[in-house]
Amino acid sequence: MVSLTVNEKKVSVDAAPDTPLLWVLREQFNLTGTKFGCGIAQCGACTVHVDGEPVRSCSVPLASVAGRKVTTIEGVMQTRTGKALEAAWNKEQTPQCGYCQSGQIMSAANLLNKNKALLSRTEILQALSGNLCRCGTYNQIASAVSSAQKTLTGSKA
Amino acid sequence: MNQLTALSRRSFIVGSGSFAVGVSFGLNGAQLAQAQAADFNPNGWVNIAANGTVTLMSPAAEMGQGTMTAMPMLLAEELDLDWSKVKVVQAPGNPKVFGNPRFGGGMVTGASRTVQGYYEPLRLAGAQVRLVLLDAASKAMKVPASELRTDKGRVIHTSGRSMGYGDIAKVAQVPNELPKVDKSMLKPMRDFKIIGTNLPRVDVASKSNGTAKYGIDQRLPGMLWASVLRAPVHGETLVQVDDSAAMAVPGVKRVVRLPYGVAVVATSFHTARKARDLLKPEWTRTSKARNHQTQKVLTDYLARAENLQDKGVEFFSHGQVSKSIAEAKKTFSATYTSHMVSHICLEPMNCTAKVDGDKIEVWAPSQSPSFIIGALSGAAGFKPENITVNITLLGGGFGRRVEPDYALDAALVAKAMPGTPIQVIWTREDDIAHDKFRPLTGQHLVATVDAQGKLTGLLHRVVSEGIYARVAPPAFKASGGKDSPVLEGTEVTYGIDNHAVQFMIEERGVNAGFWRAVGPGYTKFAIETLIDEVAQGVGSDPLAYRLQLLEKTPRGAAVLKEVAKMANWGRALPAGRALGLAYSDAWNTFVGMIAEVSMENGQPRVHQVWAAVDCGHALQPRNIQVQIEGSVMFGLSAALHERITLKDGEPQETNLNGYSILRASEAPLVHVNVMPTDNHPGGIGEAGLPPIAPAVANAVAKLTGKRLRSLPLTA
Repeated sequence: MVSLTVNEKKVSVDAAPDTPLLWVLREQFNLTGTKFGCGIAQCGACTVHVDGEPVRSCSVPLASVAGRKVTTIEGVMQTRTGKALEAAWNKEQTPQCGYCQSGQIMSAANLLNKNKALLSRTEILQALSGNLCRCGTYNQIASAVSSAQKTLTGSKA
Repeated sequence: MNQLTALSRRSFIVGSGSFAVGVSFGLNGAQLAQAQAADFNPNGWVNIAANGTVTLMSPAAEMGQGTMTAMPMLLAEELDLDWSKVKVVQAPGNPKVFGNPRFGGGMVTGASRTVQGYYEPLRLAGAQVRLVLLDAASKAMKVPASELRTDKGRVIHTSGRSMGYGDIAKVAQVPNELPKVDKSMLKPMRDFKIIGTNLPRVDVASKSNGTAKYGIDQRLPGMLWASVLRAPVHGETLVQVDDSAAMAVPGVKRVVRLPYGVAVVATSFHTARKARDLLKPEWTRTSKARNHQTQKVLTDYLARAENLQDKGVEFFSHGQVSKSIAEAKKTFSATYTSHMVSHICLEPMNCTAKVDGDKIEVWAPSQSPSFIIGALSGAAGFKPENITVNITLLGGGFGRRVEPDYALDAALVAKAMPGTPIQVIWTREDDIAHDKFRPLTGQHLVATVDAQGKLTGLLHRVVSEGIYARVAPPAFKASGGKDSPVLEGTEVTYGIDNHAVQFMIEERGVNAGFWRAVGPGYTKFAIETLIDEVAQGVGSDPLAYRLQLLEKTPRGAAVLKEVAKMANWGRALPAGRALGLAYSDAWNTFVGMIAEVSMENGQPRVHQVWAAVDCGHALQPRNIQVQIEGSVMFGLSAALHERITLKDGEPQETNLNGYSILRASEAPLVHVNVMPTDNHPGGIGEAGLPPIAPAVANAVAKLTGKRLRSLPLTA
């Protein structure tokens, strides 16, 4: 049994300690917003926050998050940052196939939570270069992140 | 049964020939489902509910190209629907009802044929249903139909009185004889109210907050997960397997032997995968693929491409190329290569299946219910009428998901465990190793010019593994060995009097398959870089030279002129920067493209891309822009990074640490100008891909003086 907090709820999990957090979230908690892409922390589709830091949940063993706070896309969507990103993603019509977008939003949320100064397109793309998008929506992602940041900081969009 | 009979009187079928669109009035959700399930009511393309909500079916797979919005728009346009009351539902996997006329009635999404195939049939159907509504409203309002018009889901009388479609649906009776429609009755382009507008795509909201459900997100009570081990090279089968260590892993429920591999079924995917790694299999060692060494194959292909005595199969020919070669003032010959590339759909292959007696239901992120039905009725032994296919959202398709291999995995495992829902998930390593790659190709081109420098002839020779040859052998044979996906893009709208394309097929045992813009990805690369070289060779500007070749193709000339204006072609650029131009006319869509490139550490770096696009009637202009942009990124990724290298038939790139795809930090700015014209729509999901690699290579030639003739581009 491993105890941890998932989206602000204390939970216990009965699974092998080497089970990647990704599969615990998807199978035990049915939090399917977090996606499996490569299994080796290369694509970013499985990005979640552990104690506020982005991690690739495909490569994080369950045992290592005992007692820690895990936030998934489902949790981030309840936050002010998440809602601003969701609105911007809709406004920019960002997703195509959409499969990578949970991970993109998780990385973007971390970026916006840590940066109050307005970010340029280049800075955003650089910061999100660990999240692959096979459909090639990078420029729409950059526009959406920029738009969400303006909403959050109250500057004119 | 009574209820179903009543339902059938409230529904009817419009359309002509083999394409039929079923319409029903006033059904609620449950009745609609029942009507769709009933055999005698073959369909439910359109349901107009009493409350005015109109449910429209989306027949194609949504993989990010926007089809789930585009198809319903076609019906909505001619029906004059209120889009805010439209509900879109993914059509069930029933090719008889929802098949694409451009795939001979098959339910397949690919080859840029969805809008192209359904455009007229769906609009005609919409126009016909509108006439039925007008007729019913005329009776209900007791006024002549000629005094009625329609707008936003209402029938409006000249007096100002009106009836909503929902109210009409309550009283409408299907006439004994349906009103006739033909193409001349379709709305002219200037009257479009829905086509040509940027409606929000219906799938975007759930994809913007993590709630969108893909195949891999399917959940069923009691579901188990399976991981399948296949032979390390294509074409081998299982001899035997020692599964004792795998079976000993806690959580493992079953090991299932498949003709081509072994599946481990467990209570979690992680357990299944871990146990699968403990299997000790013995594979056959008979596959040709075991002799596949990339470098050796490439050398063989080059030699064959350049051996003009080996004429292969003539794909097409007009004029007399041999004569144009004999009489040429000058010839330009060049040899091109392209390596195998993988799809990397970000959602790895997966499928969920449940068997109940002799029936099977599958949930698949698939581009083709038709291929799944084919595989499950063939290799898994289910009768077609006992197969139910549900199409989920697709996390990428790119041609990979036309193949039914992952669905067959799930079906065979589920068949071995009747009553238990099974979800098979491929690892990324499985996904790459057992991909159906865009084939490795060798091409040799000979262009001829006359004394004035005019292009008089083009011989285009392609050496490749076949795609149709594997996927559709009877059709391939019937065509006389012309593998059209492999050779797509060799046909051009340039005026070239003497033009021949020859295909030399190779069978080296490694599966080749469809890919985004599969053929044109390398054929246009060869053509467009050679044309550039010819222009340079005869002292002409690459733009002016192409415009001359497009004298009889005004749409092609127009996109080139427009893109030249957008990028300010001919301007002075900062030191170390150059512009490269290319053109594509594949899938009845015309694209002019310019790339701004510099060299960094010996590799091209693309800063900006401009594209002008004429795809005829532009359904969703903003979506067209991003589809072009997305296919530019996809093509750029392949042009800069992607390559599968085989050693003894085994891909040496096993995951995304060895196989690179374009990252955000490398994304160029992309400017797309959509230029609608009054023409039948062309494809847009792939059209941006063919011109990007040659545009970059042509810019590099300006910067370095060196012509790049290999994909990926190696300077």
